[in-house]
Amino acid sequence: MDLNLTPEERQFRDEFRAWLKTNIPAEWSGLDAREPESARERFEFLRAWQKKMADAGWVGIHWPKEYGGRGASLIQQTIFIEEMARAQAPPLVNVLGLSLLGPTLIAFGTPEQKSRYLHKILNAEEIWCQGYSEPNAGSDLAALRTEGKQEGDHFIVNGQKTWTSFGHMADWCFGVVRTDPEAPKHKGLTYMLIDMHCPGVSVRPLKQMTGESEFNEVFFENVKVPVSNVVGKTNGGWDIAIATLMFERGTLGASLQITFKRQIDRLIELSRKIKRKGRPASEDPVIRQKLAQIYAEIEVFRLNQMRTVTRMSKTGVPGAEGSIQKLFWSEMNQRMQQVAMELLGPWGQLNHDSPHAIDGGQWAHHYLRSRGNTIEAGTSEIQRNIIGHFVLGLPRSY
Amino acid sequence: MEFDLTETQKLFQRSARELFTQELPGVLARETAESNVDHSSKMWSHLQEQGWTGLIFPEELGGQGLGMVELAVAFEEMGRALVPGPFLSTVPLAGALIERLPKNAHRDNYLKSICDGTAKATVAIMEDDASWGLDSLALTASESSDGVKLSGKKLFVTDAAEADLILVPARIGTSHVVAVVKKGASGTAITPMPGIDSLRPLYQVVFESTPAADVLARGDAASSALAQAVDVATLALAAEMVGGMQFVLDATVEYAKTRKQFGKPIGQFQAIQHHCADMLLMTESARSAVYYAAWAMESEPESGPLAVSVAKAYASDSYREVGNLGIQTHGGIGFTWDHELHFYYKRAKSAELLFGDATYHRERIAKLVIDGQTATVGLRAADAAD
Repeated sequence: MDLNLTPEERQFRDEFRAWLKTNIPAEWSGLDAREPESARERFEFLRAWQKKMADAGWVGIHWPKEYGGRGASLIQQTIFIEEMARAQAPPLVNVLGLSLLGPTLIAFGTPEQKSRYLHKILNAEEIWCQGYSEPNAGSDLAALRTEGKQEGDHFIVNGQKTWTSFGHMADWCFGVVRTDPEAPKHKGLTYMLIDMHCPGVSVRPLKQMTGESEFNEVFFENVKVPVSNVVGKTNGGWDIAIATLMFERGTLGASLQITFKRQIDRLIELSRKIKRKGRPASEDPVIRQKLAQIYAEIEVFRLNQMRTVTRMSKTGVPGAEGSIQKLFWSEMNQRMQQVAMELLGPWGQLNHDSPHAIDGGQWAHHYLRSRGNTIEAGTSEIQRNIIGHFVLGLPRSY
Repeated sequence: MEFDLTETQKLFQRSARELFTQELPGVLARETAESNVDHSSKMWSHLQEQGWTGLIFPEELGGQGLGMVELAVAFEEMGRALVPGPFLSTVPLAGALIERLPKNAHRDNYLKSICDGTAKATVAIMEDDASWGLDSLALTASESSDGVKLSGKKLFVTDAAEADLILVPARIGTSHVVAVVKKGASGTAITPMPGIDSLRPLYQVVFESTPAADVLARGDAASSALAQAVDVATLALAAEMVGGMQFVLDATVEYAKTRKQFGKPIGQFQAIQHHCADMLLMTESARSAVYYAAWAMESEPESGPLAVSVAKAYASDSYREVGNLGIQTHGGIGFTWDHELHFYYKRAKSAELLFGDATYHRERIAKLVIDGQTATVGLRAADAAD
């Protein structure tokens, strides 16, 4: 057992770290832009940044070399993600294309699809969004109703997707559509690539309780999708969709543990400055207990992540310690944001419009945003059901 | 980077598990608890034969020269099988303390007798103020031409009645010392402190001008060795707790699959599934924390104390909660004496308290991380003053 990086791993890390240091644009502040007016500007900035990274060979590193990647190992991918987070680098805007669609096409796409789409994912020329969830199909994704009726060499798609990240900026959408309404639920679905610039596609931002719109509703009205845009088999889309979700599992926690560590370090720093009855809050035994608990949980999350990376590198499948990660971090982050609120006292509720806000009101934002963590990407209830059935072997409850 | 046991360590784990499943898990514990029969001697002989009593000690003194990770593996298996006996007190607590004390003929002999299993031992740390810290140590030793004599009271001393050697942190004036008291020394009164966990017996030990057989260290050498040894014992205990959690989890999942109510296995109900999922999350997370701490103690000693506190804090709360959910899921039968779960439930409580509960270790984390205090020195025995 050796938790240190090998010399080769360190070399990879140092190389990328140095590249980031030299190349992260000076005007990138590291803070997310929250105003919609600047969102388009930010998007174009990020697109250019991804292209720059791609030109230097630092995008899609986990893809096979023949498709423009580096064939990077899981540990290298983890190092990559951690270094991006450490440097607070601008994120890769085509993240859904890079981490979800790209590997899906590599695994299941036709040669034509690969040559048509893959390189434009890498250089951010075409931005992708994911069309899965619908108003009536969240946890029960297979209940989705967006329909695709085949007419010759096209499907005519009608329906609505929701919680679509990047929908307003995307050029393309990889979506799951019901193509055989007579078939049993999971068996009549098709995975297809939909041009967002097609007539009949409209996008409406979905305003969330934080005030911003990370997500969208996407409406399809008689949208023509060529049959050649089907990935895998017609009516064989469910398996592709599930496989897509599997692609992200190994590296999911890698950037989060850096972000969380940065936050707890900041909270500890703040605790030394904030006064309680004339003394620093960091001397308050209750605050100390709460901060220490969060610190410990972030450490444990990091350690679980390392075990998962090792396991997946060896077996290709996350073990039990991997299946718990999303559940772990989402609930832990909610606890952390509550501790932050307790530490900051009444100042915690002030948002970025208030000149009195601490850290630009980011804690108020984090507090609200964290509420969504236990819902998105698989609710905590579904996660527990999955663990119960698929990991512990208990009978399916539904 | 590889966060996994090596093949050799996995082999060691397998053989340990086989050793303990020769007797059914819980049966030895139950018989020890119910009949006051000393089954731990039988198990002690097995451990002695396998060389476990010298597991982490230098080969030149009869030990196996293995490390903290192997220690964790050993204790996880012992915790899973709830092996009774004074192994924790003797090896990672007393033995680790002796190992970290300045080398001399006496110290070497004590360690040899631990390695070969002929001596059982413990360390008497806690006093009336219920502190695991050394700053408030009050028990005094007086020094004269007659030698060193101890007077005072130690509480919650694990396995004191069975110990051939009791190591006693004490004070001579303002200086810390580590004295050795042998079984049967005059003026020693050892009284049981019966508690929830009868499988790890606790004792009050009162000294009245008790002659110390030896003083093995004084001053910083004494206090730093003690601090380090307590970390080793804490790590072993946290590993033992992970093993216990795994047993409770496995037993609970098995029960959920077989117990039927309302025409179906109760494991089909989401409330039950969610309890089991939570138990898995806590068990695996505690395991990550423990094995990292074991690795850190060997390979990155400056991170050791913080890692040990993270592991003990997390395991303390988790084992308790896993025990709670395990009994809850078992329903009425989980509450009975006849079912083995209560032994684990009780071990969870005594283990939570031993060497500092979660609150204690969170405060230690706070000192290290918020106050930026440097942790006590690294845990390699080689660091001890010669």
